[in-house]
Amino acid sequence: MTDLTKMTLSGALDGMAKGEFSSVELTQAHIDACKASTKLNAFITDTHDLALEQAKASDARRASGTVGKLEGAPLGIKDLFCTEGVKTTAGSKILGDFTPTYESTVSANMKADGMVMLGKLNLDEFAMGSSNETSAFGPVINPWRKDEDLVPGGSSGGSASAVAADLCLGATATDTGGSIRQPASFTGTVGIKPTYGRCSRWGTVAFASSLDQAGPIAKTVKDSAILLESMAGYDAKDSTSINADVPDWSASCGQSVKGMRIGIPKEYAIDGMPADIQALWDQGIEWMKAAGAEIVPITLPHTKYALPAYYVVAPAEASSNLARYDGMRYGLRVDGKDLTETYELTRTEGFGDEVRRRIMIGTYVLSAGYYDAYYLRAQKVRTRIVQDFENAWETCDAILTPTAPSAAFAVGRKVSDPVQMYLNDIFTVTTNLAGLPGISVPAGLDKNGLPLGLQIIGRAMDEATVFKAAAALEDAAGFKAKPEKWWV
Amino acid sequence: MAQEKSKPKNGVTAKDVKKIAKLSRLHVEADRLEPIAEDLNGILGWIEQLAEVDVEGVEPMTSAVDMAAPLRADNVSDGGKRDDVLKNAPKSDDGFFVVPRSVE
Repeated sequence: MTDLTKMTLSGALDGMAKGEFSSVELTQAHIDACKASTKLNAFITDTHDLALEQAKASDARRASGTVGKLEGAPLGIKDLFCTEGVKTTAGSKILGDFTPTYESTVSANMKADGMVMLGKLNLDEFAMGSSNETSAFGPVINPWRKDEDLVPGGSSGGSASAVAADLCLGATATDTGGSIRQPASFTGTVGIKPTYGRCSRWGTVAFASSLDQAGPIAKTVKDSAILLESMAGYDAKDSTSINADVPDWSASCGQSVKGMRIGIPKEYAIDGMPADIQALWDQGIEWMKAAGAEIVPITLPHTKYALPAYYVVAPAEASSNLARYDGMRYGLRVDGKDLTETYELTRTEGFGDEVRRRIMIGTYVLSAGYYDAYYLRAQKVRTRIVQDFENAWETCDAILTPTAPSAAFAVGRKVSDPVQMYLNDIFTVTTNLAGLPGISVPAGLDKNGLPLGLQIIGRAMDEATVFKAAAALEDAAGFKAKPEKWWV
Repeated sequence: MAQEKSKPKNGVTAKDVKKIAKLSRLHVEADRLEPIAEDLNGILGWIEQLAEVDVEGVEPMTSAVDMAAPLRADNVSDGGKRDDVLKNAPKSDDGFFVVPRSVE
């Protein structure tokens, strides 16, 4: 039999529909791959026994004629989504042995569609990081390698690494400033952050609530569309959930982009951009032109202020959200001499350096005397960024940019300088601030043989155009490279 | 790509860090106050470039979705899950959370 882990999600769903193999066979092949890949540290919790049970149940459902959208597909869930009866950590020590008694809406949707869950994927602590090095469970290693261990990006590093290494057919992820798209770029995978409000945030551990949005990491653009169709949808339990139908996005993949106007923002050509990335961006423009799209120069003048605005808004929201970890109702408790000391010891021991740093920044920018200068100003800059995009949509239908300003870097290289680490999200963070959909598509290799992604940004609620453009880009790039299997 | 790191005009001192830590309910050892102040100033100095943006007459953005907060009927929709709620408690007794004494 062919290696079932090499299949795409779409191919595997077809194969099961034709009876070529069962979910149990497909799931077992992926469990074997997971067991042989512990060096990548992609999973925090394995649920292999549960996966086989789910696969058996799926095969039985299929035999009785019930077939969901993800029927029998072995997938990974980022350990930020609460899963009933399965430990959920958010990559932090502070949650202790927290085992939810409920299921996040996103993973519940996928379960209802027949998903098989292989385990909970590693991530930066509370999704705060761009390299997966802030996880309390150790860094994830990128299957792509150049003489030394490289980071998979972050915060959805486990999701990206697992998909790139063929440990699962696809994975859930979340994106607050680039946490789906930057790791997808670093690992040669596809990752989409949909419009804010498409996926319910209910049951997903909160980082910065006005920016957090779930989405998939997958092997192909079409696979990412199939996954997002299952994950998305209105949920009354999330007051920011958008009450709109989920379109047939996979049908958009492969449609012609003839006449589509693709905007190229001049502000994304930043100083010090690596030549490989500029060249790939130029190539992407040529590919879209050759596919029949019209290229339009655009300007997004407030781009350089997006990241500093984000580092006010996101820590502010995080400091408020993370106030709930007080050691009283769930998670870790470190006893002190009184209530206040118990709070302080619990939070100091439970949170890692980066999380504590962001809680303190957030507390500072929200404190009396600084609120107007930092927080209120950042919210106004955010409005400016939204206006930039609104002006751009008058002349274009989608925007093409690089996904990240570098390829994957070595483990340990950037941890000492927070601002250098934050700059990883320079091209992705604008869409979080504006609530827009953005996708990263693997488009080429750099001079060291490491994958690089290009990003397509669309109008709010217009994922259909994003998928259409992304599939055209994927088709033109013909990216088929896979990392050598050094970890087995 | 390396952006200039400047000292913030309104930088934080070791004393400020102590206050921020207290508000954040985090414990910081005395010898860590100064290094953390430096660390935060590196980030705040970079954030201060926001002062360059003309925000005169601009409304602050408080929501990422363009819609009014939804309303629902004021009905009980969930509940009766005491055991579920207590299941992950570090300490519980007879249907209650057990917490340190907070009033004398």
